[in-house]
Amino acid sequence: MPPLLKLILIRIGLGILTLFLVSVVVFAATQALPGDTARAILGKEAANVARYEALREQLGLNQPVAQQYVSWLGGVVVGDFGNSLVQKEPVTQLLARRVANSFVLVAIAALLSIPLSLLLGSITALRRDGKFDISVSIGSLSLAALPEFVTGIILILLFATQVFTWLPAVSHVDPTVPIFEQLDLFILPAITLTLAVAPYITRILRASTIEVLESEYVMMARLKGLPERLVLNRHAVPNALAPAIQVTALNLAWLAGGVVVVEFLFAFPGIGSLLVDSVANRDMPMVQAICLIIAAVYVLANLTADILTILVSPRLRTGLR
Amino acid sequence: MNDEIIVSDSELIEPAVTHADVRRSEWLMIIAEAWRMRRTKIGVAIFGGIVLLAVIGPWIAPYSPTEFVAPPYSAPAPTAMWLGSDYIGHDVLTRVLYGGRTVILLALAATVIGLGLGVTLGLITGYARRWIDESVMRILDVVLAFPQIVLTLLFVSVLGPRLWLIVLMVGISHAPRIARVARAATLEVAQRDFVRAAEAFGVPRRKILFNEILPSITSPLLVEFGLRLTYSIGLIAALSFLGFGMQPPAADWGLMINENRLGIVIQPWPVFVPVLLIGILTIATNLIADGLGRALIGIERDTGVG
Repeated sequence: MPPLLKLILIRIGLGILTLFLVSVVVFAATQALPGDTARAILGKEAANVARYEALREQLGLNQPVAQQYVSWLGGVVVGDFGNSLVQKEPVTQLLARRVANSFVLVAIAALLSIPLSLLLGSITALRRDGKFDISVSIGSLSLAALPEFVTGIILILLFATQVFTWLPAVSHVDPTVPIFEQLDLFILPAITLTLAVAPYITRILRASTIEVLESEYVMMARLKGLPERLVLNRHAVPNALAPAIQVTALNLAWLAGGVVVVEFLFAFPGIGSLLVDSVANRDMPMVQAICLIIAAVYVLANLTADILTILVSPRLRTGLR
Repeated sequence: MNDEIIVSDSELIEPAVTHADVRRSEWLMIIAEAWRMRRTKIGVAIFGGIVLLAVIGPWIAPYSPTEFVAPPYSAPAPTAMWLGSDYIGHDVLTRVLYGGRTVILLALAATVIGLGLGVTLGLITGYARRWIDESVMRILDVVLAFPQIVLTLLFVSVLGPRLWLIVLMVGISHAPRIARVARAATLEVAQRDFVRAAEAFGVPRRKILFNEILPSITSPLLVEFGLRLTYSIGLIAALSFLGFGMQPPAADWGLMINENRLGIVIQPWPVFVPVLLIGILTIATNLIADGLGRALIGIERDTGVG
């Protein structure tokens, strides 16, 4: 087997292993529940022993834990997360619309933050210690520290309530209206996410670009007398591609978690706000489904990034031959 | 650091102490170096100011935090009620003065737990290698796959919104990130002569980890502490904001934002002031962490390490 292929297969194997362990954690967490799911569904009616036992039987709670896990995982693999304890409907059905909304929100935030951080990261690295670099550095250091809800509330105060009232403070996306007709509802949440993630990514990118620019092969290319444009295009950029890909993955992984607080703040109907509601209602099947989805996004984003990195980075590619 | 030169003569007599002393003073050097930067001074000043406010706040507060002093969402009135009243008629200024302690204390506790756990795991994996290293790192990868707030919410959904739980979970969610830093530092230190010497003397493994290696990796951990404290403040405040942290009628900055956010159009102060204070606090701790980080890089560059 070619070493490159082997490397990629090992990485995929590790990704699948991580996903499997993630599902174990999500399932095991609910086993720590004082009482069990049947008790949670019935509430006070659990005192009715006959009903309680019947429901336990129906939910398969009398089976050994390992068997319960296997049948749960079997359902998850084909997209069946069971029924919501609160709305009594299949989790998958309740989630579909929410996943779509969150996906659009994350996509907008990614489209704003990835080019922004790539641009700022490379400019600040090229003009290192210049005025622009210093102001971006101070700004990103401050913004990177702020929790998302702080940025979001300040944006609401500025643009939706106290200072200007240009944008809606609450994002009640109407499921009967196409998303592109209500994009104004996505603006503030998307900007909040962007302001939270872009500074962090910009800082990483600036550091890795500087590392490339100071590397021996770029110095060598310069010493050979190559024009600066060629040095950048042929030697610096290919080596900076790997960090750029990693950054995109980091960005997506971060956004998947960032939606929780931001959606709650804007009452945006996505999986993040649904997670908060489900945690408050102790709707375990829903919590399990959303936690799994978010963790899977993280694992898959990283996996894709690692594979792309293996394919594009000159050092890895040639080092293997 | 030039370990060979420093250690070689003395190690036969007392291998660990000499070296550990040298490295022990390194974190003092880093603090001194960081203190020369303006950003560190600004960060420490702001952080100190807010901690002071949180500590003495309850003594200078004009009312009791649970006392009803005015109709809900009353506008600010000079001398009587500088920031107006909240959704239920409490004095906002009083609750702001009371509400900082919990955020800061819970965040500190979570950071200490995360550091303790992460450093222990980092030391063990960095020193043991092989299958222990491999399997622990795999498990940490799994924890890493959950965004910190999602991991915490997963367990809150099972056990309910308890303070000990959110502090513990925030700490646990920090652990893999801290462990990676500690592991990398340990890998490097474990090759040094003074560790080899201690091994040759038959010093027990636990003592090698905590008495020999740990004092030598405090510098990167110092930076980690500042960084994780910043995130802890944000996470703990966010959990209260989501309704899973401090519970009413407690006075807490995160909770205040949750309670009063629907009245933001009529009475912005009970939301804006806590938001501002949390924001400034995280900026301050991040400035300190950045100062320490820069000092660490600077010193490593000067002494030829890293």
